[in-house]
Amino acid sequence: MTLAKRIIPCLDVDNGRVVKGINFKEVKDAGDPVEFAKRYSQQGADELVFLDITASEQKRDIIKKVVRNVARVIDIPFTVGGGIKKLEHARDILLSGADKVSINTSAIKNPELITELMSIFGKQCIVVAIDVKKNYSTAEPKTTLKDNYEYKMKQNKHYWFEVMIYGGKERTGIDAIKWAKKVEKLGGGEILLTSIDADGTEEGYDLELNRIICRELSIPVIASGGCGKPIHMLEVFQKTKVDAALAASIFHYEKSTVKKVKQFLKRNNIHVRI
Amino acid sequence: MILNDIAIFDYGAGNLYSLKCSLERNGATKVSIIKSLKNMHKHDGLILPGVGNFDPAIRSIQPYRNDFDDLFEKNFPILGICLGMEMLFNNSEEGKLEGLKILSGRVIMLPRKKVKIPHMGWNNLEITEKGCKILQGLKDECWVYFVHSYRIISKDKKVIVANSQYGDIIPVVVEKNNLFGTQFHPEKSGINGAKIIKNFLAICGGKY
Repeated sequence: MTLAKRIIPCLDVDNGRVVKGINFKEVKDAGDPVEFAKRYSQQGADELVFLDITASEQKRDIIKKVVRNVARVIDIPFTVGGGIKKLEHARDILLSGADKVSINTSAIKNPELITELMSIFGKQCIVVAIDVKKNYSTAEPKTTLKDNYEYKMKQNKHYWFEVMIYGGKERTGIDAIKWAKKVEKLGGGEILLTSIDADGTEEGYDLELNRIICRELSIPVIASGGCGKPIHMLEVFQKTKVDAALAASIFHYEKSTVKKVKQFLKRNNIHVRI
Repeated sequence: MILNDIAIFDYGAGNLYSLKCSLERNGATKVSIIKSLKNMHKHDGLILPGVGNFDPAIRSIQPYRNDFDDLFEKNFPILGICLGMEMLFNNSEEGKLEGLKILSGRVIMLPRKKVKIPHMGWNNLEITEKGCKILQGLKDECWVYFVHSYRIISKDKKVIVANSQYGDIIPVVVEKNNLFGTQFHPEKSGINGAKIIKNFLAICGGKY
Protein backbone atom coordinates (compact mmCIF):
# COMPACT_ATOMS: atom_id res chain seq x y z
CA MET A 1 0.00 0.00 0.00
CA THR A 2 1.04 3.56 -0.37
CA LEU A 3 -0.10 7.13 0.10
CA ALA A 4 -3.84 7.64 -0.36
CA LYS A 5 -5.37 10.26 -2.61
CA ARG A 6 -6.89 12.92 -0.37
CA ILE A 7 -10.42 14.33 -0.48
CA ILE A 8 -10.59 17.82 0.95
CA PRO A 9 -13.83 19.73 1.58
CA CYS A 10 -13.41 23.48 1.49
CA LEU A 11 -15.43 25.86 3.66
CA ASP A 12 -15.81 29.61 3.23
CA VAL A 13 -15.90 31.41 6.53
CA ASP A 14 -17.23 34.93 6.86
CA ASN A 15 -17.26 36.66 10.21
CA GLY A 16 -16.86 33.36 12.03
CA ARG A 17 -19.68 31.56 10.20
CA VAL A 18 -19.66 29.13 7.29
CA VAL A 19 -21.33 30.71 4.28
CA LYS A 20 -22.60 29.27 1.02
CA GLY A 21 -23.00 31.21 -2.17
CA ILE A 22 -26.18 30.64 -4.10
CA ASN A 23 -25.45 30.72 -7.80
CA PHE A 24 -22.17 32.32 -6.77
CA LYS A 25 -23.83 35.61 -5.93
CA GLU A 26 -25.97 35.71 -2.87
CA VAL A 27 -24.10 34.55 0.20
CA LYS A 28 -26.08 32.80 2.88
CA ASP A 29 -25.26 31.81 6.42
CA ALA A 30 -24.90 28.05 6.60
CA GLY A 31 -23.73 27.38 10.09
CA ASP A 32 -21.07 26.87 12.67
CA PRO A 33 -17.60 25.99 11.33
CA VAL A 34 -17.05 23.62 14.26
CA GLU A 35 -20.17 21.62 13.37
CA PHE A 36 -19.12 21.42 9.71
CA ALA A 37 -15.61 20.36 10.70
CA LYS A 38 -16.96 17.60 12.92
CA ARG A 39 -19.40 16.36 10.30
CA TYR A 40 -16.88 16.26 7.45
CA SER A 41 -14.24 14.67 9.63
CA GLN A 42 -16.70 11.96 10.71
CA GLN A 43 -17.61 11.33 7.08
CA GLY A 44 -13.98 10.58 6.37
CA ALA A 45 -12.57 13.84 4.98
CA ASP A 46 -8.79 13.56 4.81
CA GLU A 47 -8.21 17.23 5.54
CA LEU A 48 -10.21 20.44 5.69
CA VAL A 49 -9.59 23.85 4.20
CA PHE A 50 -11.10 27.01 5.69
CA LEU A 51 -11.03 30.17 3.66
CA ASP A 52 -11.62 33.36 5.59
CA ILE A 53 -13.39 35.40 2.95
CA THR A 54 -13.68 38.61 4.92
CA ALA A 55 -10.23 38.57 6.40
CA SER A 56 -10.12 42.20 7.34
CA GLU A 57 -7.63 43.34 9.96
CA GLN A 58 -10.23 44.01 12.61
CA LYS A 59 -11.81 40.60 12.20
CA ARG A 60 -8.58 38.68 12.63
CA ASP A 61 -9.46 37.69 16.19
CA ILE A 62 -12.67 36.04 15.03
CA ILE A 63 -10.87 33.62 12.73
CA LYS A 64 -8.34 32.86 15.47
CA LYS A 65 -11.19 31.86 17.72
CA VAL A 66 -12.72 29.68 14.99
CA VAL A 67 -9.35 27.97 14.46
CA ARG A 68 -9.03 27.28 18.19
CA ASN A 69 -12.51 25.82 18.42
CA VAL A 70 -12.02 23.64 15.35
CA ALA A 71 -8.62 22.39 16.58
CA ARG A 72 -10.26 21.31 19.82
CA VAL A 73 -12.73 18.96 18.15
CA ILE A 74 -11.09 17.43 15.07
CA ASP A 75 -8.20 15.03 14.73
CA ILE A 76 -7.43 15.47 11.05
CA PRO A 77 -5.23 18.20 9.55
CA PHE A 78 -6.69 21.54 8.54
CA THR A 79 -5.53 24.50 6.53
CA VAL A 80 -6.58 28.11 6.96
CA GLY A 81 -6.27 30.72 4.24
CA GLY A 82 -7.49 34.20 3.43
CA GLY A 83 -5.84 37.52 4.08
CA ILE A 84 -2.55 36.18 5.43
CA LYS A 85 -0.22 38.98 4.44
CA LYS A 86 2.67 38.65 6.79
CA LEU A 87 4.54 36.42 9.15
CA GLU A 88 2.55 37.46 12.24
CA HIS A 89 -0.75 36.58 10.56
CA ALA A 90 0.51 33.10 9.74
CA ARG A 91 1.97 32.68 13.21
CA ASP A 92 -1.37 33.68 14.80
CA ILE A 93 -3.24 31.09 12.77
CA LEU A 94 -0.71 28.29 13.30
CA LEU A 95 -0.40 28.92 17.03
CA SER A 96 -4.19 28.89 17.29
CA GLY A 97 -4.13 25.29 16.10
CA ALA A 98 -4.17 25.20 12.29
CA ASP A 99 -1.77 22.72 10.71
CA LYS A 100 -1.13 24.69 7.56
CA VAL A 101 -1.67 28.17 6.25
CA SER A 102 -2.55 28.96 2.68
CA ILE A 103 -1.21 32.10 1.06
CA ASN A 104 -2.11 33.44 -2.37
CA THR A 105 -1.97 37.14 -3.32
CA SER A 106 0.59 37.86 -0.62
CA ALA A 107 2.94 35.23 -2.07
CA ILE A 108 2.83 36.98 -5.44
CA LYS A 109 3.32 40.41 -3.87
CA ASN A 110 6.10 39.18 -1.62
CA PRO A 111 7.55 35.81 -2.69
CA GLU A 112 10.10 35.90 0.15
CA LEU A 113 7.19 35.34 2.53
CA ILE A 114 7.17 31.69 1.43
CA THR A 115 10.82 31.21 2.41
CA GLU A 116 10.37 33.17 5.61
CA LEU A 117 7.42 31.03 6.71
CA MET A 118 9.13 27.83 5.62
CA SER A 119 12.29 28.49 7.61
CA ILE A 120 10.32 29.11 10.80
CA PHE A 121 7.45 26.65 10.60
CA GLY A 122 8.71 24.06 8.13
CA LYS A 123 7.61 23.63 4.54
CA GLN A 124 4.82 21.21 5.46
CA CYS A 125 2.89 24.18 6.90
CA ILE A 126 2.97 26.28 3.76
CA VAL A 127 0.30 25.81 1.13
CA VAL A 128 0.58 28.22 -1.76
CA ALA A 129 -2.74 28.74 -3.50
CA ILE A 130 -2.51 29.62 -7.19
CA ASP A 131 -5.58 30.89 -9.03
CA VAL A 132 -5.20 30.35 -12.75
CA LYS A 133 -7.07 31.65 -15.77
CA LYS A 134 -6.47 30.91 -19.43
CA ASN A 135 -5.20 33.88 -21.35
CA TYR A 136 -5.77 33.81 -25.12
CA SER A 137 -3.78 36.94 -25.82
CA THR A 138 -0.86 36.12 -28.06
CA ALA A 139 0.40 39.64 -27.80
CA GLU A 140 2.15 38.66 -24.61
CA PRO A 141 3.36 35.12 -25.09
CA LYS A 142 4.57 33.52 -21.91
CA THR A 143 5.94 30.33 -23.17
CA THR A 144 8.01 28.87 -20.45
CA LEU A 145 7.11 25.32 -21.25
CA LYS A 146 9.92 23.12 -22.33
CA ASP A 147 10.26 20.98 -25.45
CA ASN A 148 6.97 19.68 -26.61
CA TYR A 149 4.78 21.59 -24.18
CA GLU A 150 3.55 23.78 -26.98
CA TYR A 151 0.62 26.02 -26.28
CA LYS A 152 -2.42 23.88 -26.72
CA MET A 153 -4.82 24.65 -29.47
CA LYS A 154 -8.32 25.51 -28.52
CA GLN A 155 -10.86 27.01 -30.85
CA ASN A 156 -7.89 27.59 -33.08
CA LYS A 157 -6.46 29.88 -30.47
CA HIS A 158 -3.32 29.63 -28.45
CA TYR A 159 -3.51 30.23 -24.75
CA TRP A 160 -1.33 30.30 -21.69
CA PHE A 161 -2.09 29.91 -18.01
CA GLU A 162 -2.01 33.19 -16.14
CA VAL A 163 -1.85 33.68 -12.36
CA MET A 164 -4.72 35.79 -11.02
CA ILE A 165 -4.80 37.50 -7.62
CA TYR A 166 -7.29 39.21 -5.30
CA GLY A 167 -9.74 36.34 -5.60
CA GLY A 168 -9.39 36.11 -9.36
CA LYS A 169 -10.14 39.79 -9.95
CA GLU A 170 -6.73 41.01 -10.99
CA ARG A 171 -4.34 39.78 -13.69
CA THR A 172 -0.66 39.48 -12.97
CA GLY A 173 0.87 38.71 -16.36
CA ILE A 174 2.71 35.87 -14.62
CA ASP A 175 2.87 32.43 -16.17
CA ALA A 176 1.32 29.93 -13.75
CA ILE A 177 3.70 27.10 -14.60
CA LYS A 178 6.72 29.30 -14.07
CA TRP A 179 5.27 30.62 -10.83
CA ALA A 180 4.48 27.13 -9.49
CA LYS A 181 8.08 26.09 -10.10
CA LYS A 182 9.31 29.17 -8.31
CA VAL A 183 7.01 28.43 -5.36
CA GLU A 184 8.59 25.01 -5.04
CA LYS A 185 12.06 26.50 -5.15
CA LEU A 186 11.20 29.09 -2.51
CA GLY A 187 10.08 26.37 -0.13
CA GLY A 188 6.34 25.99 -0.56
CA GLY A 189 5.19 22.62 0.75
CA GLU A 190 2.13 22.14 -1.39
CA ILE A 191 0.23 23.83 -4.23
CA LEU A 192 -3.51 24.46 -4.11
CA LEU A 193 -4.27 24.87 -7.78
CA THR A 194 -7.57 26.47 -8.73
CA SER A 195 -8.75 26.89 -12.28
CA ILE A 196 -10.90 30.00 -12.41
CA ASP A 197 -12.25 28.91 -15.80
CA ALA A 198 -13.48 25.63 -14.36
CA ASP A 199 -14.56 27.00 -10.98
CA GLY A 200 -18.31 27.17 -10.62
CA THR A 201 -19.00 25.32 -13.88
CA GLU A 202 -19.39 21.97 -12.06
CA GLU A 203 -18.14 20.40 -15.28
CA GLY A 204 -14.93 18.97 -13.92
CA TYR A 205 -11.40 20.01 -13.05
CA ASP A 206 -9.06 21.51 -15.65
CA LEU A 207 -7.15 18.32 -16.44
CA GLU A 208 -4.64 19.99 -18.71
CA LEU A 209 -3.59 22.51 -16.08
CA ASN A 210 -3.31 19.90 -13.33
CA ARG A 211 -1.40 17.53 -15.57
CA ILE A 212 1.20 20.08 -16.57
CA ILE A 213 1.76 21.47 -13.08
CA CYS A 214 2.16 17.97 -11.61
CA ARG A 215 4.63 17.07 -14.32
CA GLU A 216 6.73 20.11 -13.55
CA LEU A 217 6.77 19.85 -9.75
CA SER A 218 7.77 17.36 -7.13
CA ILE A 219 5.73 18.79 -4.25
CA PRO A 220 2.10 17.70 -3.72
CA VAL A 221 -0.64 19.37 -5.77
CA ILE A 222 -4.28 19.79 -4.76
CA ALA A 223 -6.71 20.14 -7.69
CA SER A 224 -9.46 22.69 -7.20
CA GLY A 225 -12.27 24.27 -9.21
CA GLY A 226 -14.98 22.62 -11.25
CA CYS A 227 -15.99 19.58 -9.25
CA GLY A 228 -19.72 18.96 -9.58
CA LYS A 229 -19.92 15.18 -9.37
CA PRO A 230 -17.89 12.31 -7.90
CA ILE A 231 -16.86 11.33 -11.43
CA HIS A 232 -14.89 14.56 -11.73
CA MET A 233 -12.70 13.46 -8.84
CA LEU A 234 -12.21 10.08 -10.45
CA GLU A 235 -11.22 11.81 -13.68
CA VAL A 236 -8.65 14.09 -12.08
CA PHE A 237 -7.04 11.18 -10.20
CA GLN A 238 -7.01 8.92 -13.26
CA LYS A 239 -5.78 11.46 -15.75
CA THR A 240 -3.35 13.57 -13.74
CA LYS A 241 -0.88 13.01 -10.92
CA VAL A 242 -2.58 15.28 -8.37
CA ASP A 243 -2.38 14.17 -4.75
CA ALA A 244 -5.66 15.58 -3.56
CA ALA A 245 -8.95 16.94 -4.83
CA LEU A 246 -10.69 19.85 -3.18
CA ALA A 247 -14.37 20.59 -3.54
CA ALA A 248 -16.98 22.78 -1.92
CA SER A 249 -20.41 22.72 -3.51
CA ILE A 250 -20.62 18.96 -4.04
CA PHE A 251 -20.47 18.54 -0.27
CA HIS A 252 -22.24 21.71 0.88
CA TYR A 253 -25.36 21.19 -1.12
CA GLU A 254 -25.36 17.60 0.04
CA LYS A 255 -25.35 16.32 -3.51
CA SER A 256 -22.94 13.80 -2.17
CA THR A 257 -21.06 13.04 1.02
CA VAL A 258 -17.35 12.54 1.52
CA LYS A 259 -18.07 8.92 2.36
CA LYS A 260 -20.03 8.28 -0.83
CA VAL A 261 -17.39 9.95 -2.98
CA LYS A 262 -14.67 7.83 -1.40
CA GLN A 263 -16.63 4.61 -1.84
CA PHE A 264 -17.14 5.49 -5.49
CA LEU A 265 -13.42 6.19 -5.95
CA LYS A 266 -12.46 2.97 -4.21
CA ARG A 267 -14.77 0.95 -6.45
CA ASN A 268 -12.88 2.49 -9.35
CA ASN A 269 -9.50 1.48 -7.98
CA ILE A 270 -8.38 4.82 -6.63
CA HIS A 271 -6.41 4.33 -3.44
CA VAL A 272 -8.38 6.25 -0.79
CA ARG A 273 -8.62 6.05 2.97
CA ILE A 274 -11.84 4.34 3.99
CA MET B 1 -9.99 7.00 35.39
CA ILE B 2 -6.22 7.08 35.22
CA LEU B 3 -4.75 10.35 36.41
CA ASN B 4 -1.91 11.56 34.31
CA ASP B 5 -0.05 14.77 33.75
CA ILE B 6 1.72 14.85 30.42
CA ALA B 7 4.52 17.27 29.58
CA ILE B 8 5.12 18.45 26.01
CA PHE B 9 8.63 19.75 25.44
CA ASP B 10 8.54 23.05 23.55
CA TYR B 11 11.42 23.70 21.12
CA GLY B 12 9.87 27.10 20.54
CA ALA B 13 9.00 26.32 16.95
CA GLY B 14 5.31 26.00 16.42
CA ASN B 15 1.88 24.68 17.06
CA LEU B 16 1.57 22.44 20.09
CA TYR B 17 -2.10 23.25 20.56
CA SER B 18 -3.53 20.39 18.49
CA LEU B 19 -1.30 17.90 20.31
CA LYS B 20 -2.46 19.35 23.65
CA CYS B 21 -6.11 19.11 22.53
CA SER B 22 -5.61 15.53 21.42
CA LEU B 23 -4.11 14.52 24.77
CA GLU B 24 -6.98 16.20 26.61
CA ARG B 25 -9.62 14.62 24.37
CA ASN B 26 -8.13 11.21 24.99
CA GLY B 27 -8.03 11.42 28.74
CA ALA B 28 -4.95 13.30 29.96
CA THR B 29 -5.84 15.04 33.20
CA LYS B 30 -3.26 17.76 32.74
CA VAL B 31 -1.06 18.82 29.84
CA SER B 32 1.91 21.07 30.55
CA ILE B 33 4.05 22.78 27.94
CA ILE B 34 7.60 22.75 29.33
CA LYS B 35 10.94 24.23 28.30
CA SER B 36 13.11 22.43 30.83
CA LEU B 37 13.47 18.81 31.89
CA LYS B 38 14.45 19.68 35.46
CA ASN B 39 11.16 18.92 37.19
CA MET B 40 9.97 15.84 35.45
CA HIS B 41 8.93 14.11 38.68
CA LYS B 42 5.80 16.27 38.55
CA HIS B 43 4.77 14.62 35.31
CA ASP B 44 3.82 11.11 34.27
CA GLY B 45 4.98 11.19 30.68
CA LEU B 46 6.97 13.27 28.19
CA ILE B 47 6.26 14.05 24.56
CA LEU B 48 8.82 15.36 22.10
CA PRO B 49 6.54 16.96 19.50
CA GLY B 50 6.88 16.91 15.76
CA VAL B 51 7.16 20.52 14.71
CA GLY B 52 10.37 22.33 13.91
CA ASN B 53 13.83 21.70 12.52
CA PHE B 54 16.49 19.29 13.76
CA ASP B 55 19.27 21.64 14.92
CA PRO B 56 17.15 24.25 16.73
CA ALA B 57 15.21 21.46 18.44
CA ILE B 58 18.38 19.69 19.57
CA ARG B 59 19.82 23.01 20.74
CA SER B 60 16.78 23.66 22.93
CA ILE B 61 17.03 20.28 24.63
CA GLN B 62 20.86 20.27 24.82
CA PRO B 63 21.09 21.72 28.38
CA TYR B 64 19.00 18.78 29.63
CA ARG B 65 20.85 15.93 27.95
CA ASN B 66 21.69 14.26 31.25
CA ASP B 67 18.17 14.66 32.56
CA PHE B 68 16.89 13.09 29.37
CA ASP B 69 19.26 10.12 29.68
CA ASP B 70 18.14 9.67 33.30
CA LEU B 71 14.49 9.60 32.27
CA PHE B 72 15.21 6.94 29.69
CA GLU B 73 17.17 4.84 32.17
CA LYS B 74 14.39 5.13 34.74
CA ASN B 75 11.97 3.85 32.09
CA PHE B 76 9.96 7.08 32.21
CA PRO B 77 7.32 7.04 29.41
CA ILE B 78 8.54 9.12 26.46
CA LEU B 79 6.89 9.55 23.07
CA GLY B 80 8.72 11.21 20.19
CA ILE B 81 6.55 12.32 17.28
CA CYS B 82 8.06 12.82 13.80
CA LEU B 83 11.03 15.15 14.42
CA GLY B 84 10.71 14.13 18.09
CA MET B 85 11.45 10.56 17.08
CA GLU B 86 14.24 11.53 14.66
CA MET B 87 15.98 13.38 17.51
CA LEU B 88 16.40 10.12 19.43
CA PHE B 89 18.97 8.89 16.88
CA ASN B 90 22.65 9.75 16.38
CA ASN B 91 22.38 12.40 13.68
CA SER B 92 20.25 13.69 10.81
CA GLU B 93 20.83 14.93 7.28
CA GLU B 94 18.54 17.81 8.23
CA GLY B 95 21.09 19.24 10.65
CA LYS B 96 24.70 19.32 11.74
CA LEU B 97 24.30 18.72 15.46
CA GLU B 98 24.45 15.38 17.19
CA GLY B 99 21.15 13.78 18.07
CA LEU B 100 20.12 12.49 21.50
CA LYS B 101 21.76 9.13 20.72
CA ILE B 102 19.27 7.17 22.79
CA LEU B 103 18.66 4.92 19.80
CA SER B 104 21.41 3.86 17.48
CA GLY B 105 21.11 4.89 13.85
CA ARG B 106 20.73 7.94 11.64
CA VAL B 107 18.16 10.02 9.82
CA ILE B 108 18.29 10.54 6.06
CA MET B 109 16.15 12.23 3.44
CA LEU B 110 13.38 10.25 1.72
CA PRO B 111 14.29 8.94 -1.77
CA ARG B 112 13.91 12.18 -3.74
CA LYS B 113 13.99 10.54 -7.13
CA LYS B 114 11.30 8.02 -6.37
CA VAL B 115 8.65 9.95 -4.45
CA LYS B 116 7.24 13.39 -3.80
CA ILE B 117 8.73 15.11 -0.77
CA PRO B 118 7.35 15.84 1.79
CA HIS B 119 5.54 12.55 2.27
CA MET B 120 2.23 14.20 3.04
CA GLY B 121 -1.05 12.44 3.64
CA TRP B 122 -2.57 9.18 4.81
CA ASN B 123 -0.64 5.96 4.54
CA ASN B 124 -0.92 2.44 5.98
CA LEU B 125 0.84 0.97 8.97
CA GLU B 126 2.35 -2.45 8.51
CA ILE B 127 2.65 -3.71 12.04
CA THR B 128 5.59 -6.08 12.36
CA GLU B 129 5.62 -6.52 16.13
CA LYS B 130 2.11 -7.46 17.18
CA GLY B 131 2.97 -7.59 20.87
CA CYS B 132 4.18 -3.98 21.09
CA LYS B 133 2.56 -1.73 23.69
CA ILE B 134 2.05 1.46 21.73
CA LEU B 135 0.03 -0.11 18.88
CA GLN B 136 -2.29 -2.23 21.03
CA GLY B 137 -5.74 -2.52 19.47
CA LEU B 138 -4.66 -1.21 16.05
CA LYS B 139 -5.26 -3.26 12.94
CA ASP B 140 -2.56 -4.08 10.46
CA GLU B 141 -2.80 -1.77 7.39
CA CYS B 142 -4.71 0.91 9.35
CA TRP B 143 -4.42 4.54 8.24
CA VAL B 144 -2.30 7.26 9.84
CA TYR B 145 -1.34 10.79 8.77
CA PHE B 146 2.23 11.67 7.74
CA VAL B 147 4.04 14.91 7.05
CA HIS B 148 7.79 14.49 6.84
CA SER B 149 10.79 14.66 4.53
CA TYR B 150 13.24 12.46 6.45
CA ARG B 151 13.31 8.85 7.58
CA ILE B 152 15.18 6.87 10.20
CA ILE B 153 17.66 4.08 9.65
CA SER B 154 17.85 2.13 12.88
CA LYS B 155 20.87 -0.04 13.61
CA ASP B 156 18.88 -2.06 16.09
CA LYS B 157 16.11 -3.64 14.01
CA LYS B 158 14.37 -4.93 17.13
CA VAL B 159 13.12 -1.47 18.08
CA ILE B 160 11.10 -1.19 14.85
CA VAL B 161 7.51 -2.28 15.40
CA ALA B 162 5.82 -0.93 12.26
CA ASN B 163 6.72 0.14 8.73
CA SER B 164 5.06 2.01 5.87
CA GLN B 165 5.68 1.98 2.14
CA TYR B 166 6.81 5.19 0.54
CA GLY B 167 9.26 4.70 -2.28
CA ASP B 168 10.84 2.17 0.04
CA ILE B 169 9.97 0.33 3.25
CA ILE B 170 10.19 2.99 5.93
CA PRO B 171 10.29 2.28 9.67
CA VAL B 172 7.56 4.41 11.22
CA VAL B 173 7.07 3.20 14.79
CA VAL B 174 9.82 2.39 17.29
CA GLU B 175 9.50 1.02 20.79
CA LYS B 176 12.11 0.27 23.41
CA ASN B 177 10.81 -0.34 26.92
CA ASN B 178 8.81 2.82 27.65
CA LEU B 179 10.38 4.87 24.89
CA PHE B 180 8.23 5.23 21.77
CA GLY B 181 8.50 7.05 18.49
CA THR B 182 6.14 7.58 15.56
CA GLN B 183 7.09 9.07 12.20
CA PHE B 184 3.45 10.05 11.59
CA HIS B 185 1.31 12.37 13.69
CA PRO B 186 -1.03 10.44 16.01
CA GLU B 187 -2.73 13.71 17.02
CA LYS B 188 -3.83 14.13 13.37
CA SER B 189 -4.54 10.49 12.58
CA GLY B 190 -8.23 10.19 13.39
CA ILE B 191 -9.38 7.24 15.49
CA ASN B 192 -6.19 5.24 14.97
CA GLY B 193 -4.08 8.11 16.25
CA ALA B 194 -6.45 8.53 19.19
CA LYS B 195 -5.85 4.89 20.10
CA ILE B 196 -2.09 5.43 20.10
CA ILE B 197 -2.46 8.47 22.34
CA LYS B 198 -4.69 6.46 24.67
CA ASN B 199 -2.15 3.62 24.74
CA PHE B 200 0.57 6.09 25.64
CA LEU B 201 -1.59 7.62 28.37
CA ALA B 202 -2.28 4.15 29.77
CA ILE B 203 1.48 3.49 29.89
CA CYS B 204 1.99 6.86 31.63
CA GLY B 205 -0.73 5.92 34.09
CA GLY B 206 1.25 2.83 35.01
CA LYS B 207 -1.08 0.38 33.36
CA TYR B 208 1.91 -1.43 31.90
